[in-house]
Amino acid sequence: MRLDITGLSVEVAGTRLVHDITLRAASGRVVGLVGPNGSGKSTLLRCVYRALPPAAGAVRLDGADLHAMDARAGARLLAALPQESGTEFDFTVAEVVAMGRLPHQRGTGRPSAADTAVCARALARVGAAHLAGRGFPGLSGGEKQRVLIARALAQEPRVLVLDEPTNHLDIAQQLAVLALVRDGDAAGARPTVLTALHDLNLAARYCDELHVLSRGRIAAAGPPYDVLTPELLAEVFGVRAHRVRHPESGAVQLLFDRLPPASS
Amino acid sequence: MARPARTAPLVAALLLALLGSVLCGTGLGAAGVGWAEVVHHLTAGLTGGTITSDEVSAYTIVWELRFPRALLAAVVGAGLSAVGVAVQALVRNALADPFVLGISSGAAVGANAVLLFGALGGLGVWALSVSAFGSALLAMTLVYAAARTAQGLTPLRLVLTGTAMYYGFSAISTLMVFTADRGEAARSAMMWLLGSLSGAGWGSLPIAVVAVAAALVHLRLSAGRLNALAMGDETAATLGVDAGRLRRELFVVAAAVTGAVVAVSGAIGFVGLMVPHVTRMLTGADHRRVLAVAPLVGAVLLVWVDLVSRVLLAPVELPVGVVTAVIGVPCFVLLMRRRGYTFGGGA
Repeated sequence: MRLDITGLSVEVAGTRLVHDITLRAASGRVVGLVGPNGSGKSTLLRCVYRALPPAAGAVRLDGADLHAMDARAGARLLAALPQESGTEFDFTVAEVVAMGRLPHQRGTGRPSAADTAVCARALARVGAAHLAGRGFPGLSGGEKQRVLIARALAQEPRVLVLDEPTNHLDIAQQLAVLALVRDGDAAGARPTVLTALHDLNLAARYCDELHVLSRGRIAAAGPPYDVLTPELLAEVFGVRAHRVRHPESGAVQLLFDRLPPASS
Repeated sequence: MARPARTAPLVAALLLALLGSVLCGTGLGAAGVGWAEVVHHLTAGLTGGTITSDEVSAYTIVWELRFPRALLAAVVGAGLSAVGVAVQALVRNALADPFVLGISSGAAVGANAVLLFGALGGLGVWALSVSAFGSALLAMTLVYAAARTAQGLTPLRLVLTGTAMYYGFSAISTLMVFTADRGEAARSAMMWLLGSLSGAGWGSLPIAVVAVAAALVHLRLSAGRLNALAMGDETAATLGVDAGRLRRELFVVAAAVTGAVVAVSGAIGFVGLMVPHVTRMLTGADHRRVLAVAPLVGAVLLVWVDLVSRVLLAPVELPVGVVTAVIGVPCFVLLMRRRGYTFGGGA
């Protein structure tokens, strides 16, 4: 499913944090959003997963306006991993993942056998099947993150929005989570993905396309190698960067240094 | 932690316990009425049978006083417990109860106006309920208007506004008690503030039953959405749940049930705080199960608490709120300490 963001501006408490963003993610592509802290990545994503209304512009799924859609119908098409992950309520992991089926259920929402199977598969895909009976609040940060990704997968979305999916994960888990997002399910079907990432090397390696956000606007967009130039990294991130190719995969990788104070 | 895989046996057991409790609530009391007589009068009442003239006083005690009172205790207990669950999800706070929204103390102002100053005298026996319910709705409107922002009803503002209003209304109530120079009336007002089912009769049942039943159905159908809301507003949004709209719904349901229940039973504290937590220890946090079990636990609890309140120091009746606190506080503290409890028993 194609995700089109056109002329999107987002305001929080009267302040415009995201200005006139236009971005397209073609069906099945993995599109990355990178930028320094405070550049508006999370605000943009919050609007895309409908926690915030657009101040101007629109988010469209295959041409249909997401914010004009029935909320449940929208949630059957687009799932998200938001940044909030805390709850005092002692749900089990299985219960948290089962919430992903909510937009698909009617009435009292008694889960069907099919619902249960979808949830079990989602948990297995993030390598957390063994956690099913555990209490969610007692999990480590990395375990929580994987369970919340499983909940989003259990929604069986056509578009998946991820806000820093690798937060709290160790390096092996970071690679595993991004690989599972890239590779799709057993049949190879995968949703269109829009993800914010802090780590530029991970972004370069796993995204088909990157959009660089700076002060709420898009500073550059395109394939990782074209976007992550030393000039852009100096200007937007304030670092000196060397670009090298990964010896095996050929993906662009970056080596960082501080900018010398004189040059800034 | 281990949790029962199925809720159905628990619900069945609680339904049986409730039936037994209502029977005990009807059969036991200060005036000794034998069990055979109790069953006889209950049957007569339920089937429209006849009784002889020398049985009238026992019949009145069983059918006109104790039975409707036990039923009302069950309804009030179920309503307060269900609303407690709803309010805790609404403000995402373990310490919330139906009274944190300031609605019961608003109702108390209306009740005091009747008890102390004879307001709405034209309505006769209905004056107290109508006045309490009306002022509960007024309090709800005030709290809602004061707590509402452009972002909708946020949990923290709702709790703070409700608490502030609670103190405001309580001050008005206290002032009313002080200025009314009728000792017996002040005692009634105090009794009402702490909760009492002594005014129960068949007349107090219909409104409470309808309000509580409607709320139970609505909340049970919203269980999935309550789960999403408990995870956070953003998560709710990604799951297709409009957190703002759900909060408004829950607020209205909670306020209406609290108003309807408080109007017939006074401000019975602690049930709405304690029963949701006790229930979560049994069922876990999933609102589908919590909302099936909590109303039954609350109903059974309040039938027994009411029984204790009227037999312990008979013929003097204790306020129900005193008994719930005396039984509830130590049990609750012990349970919490033993389980390292947060919001459901594990963690």
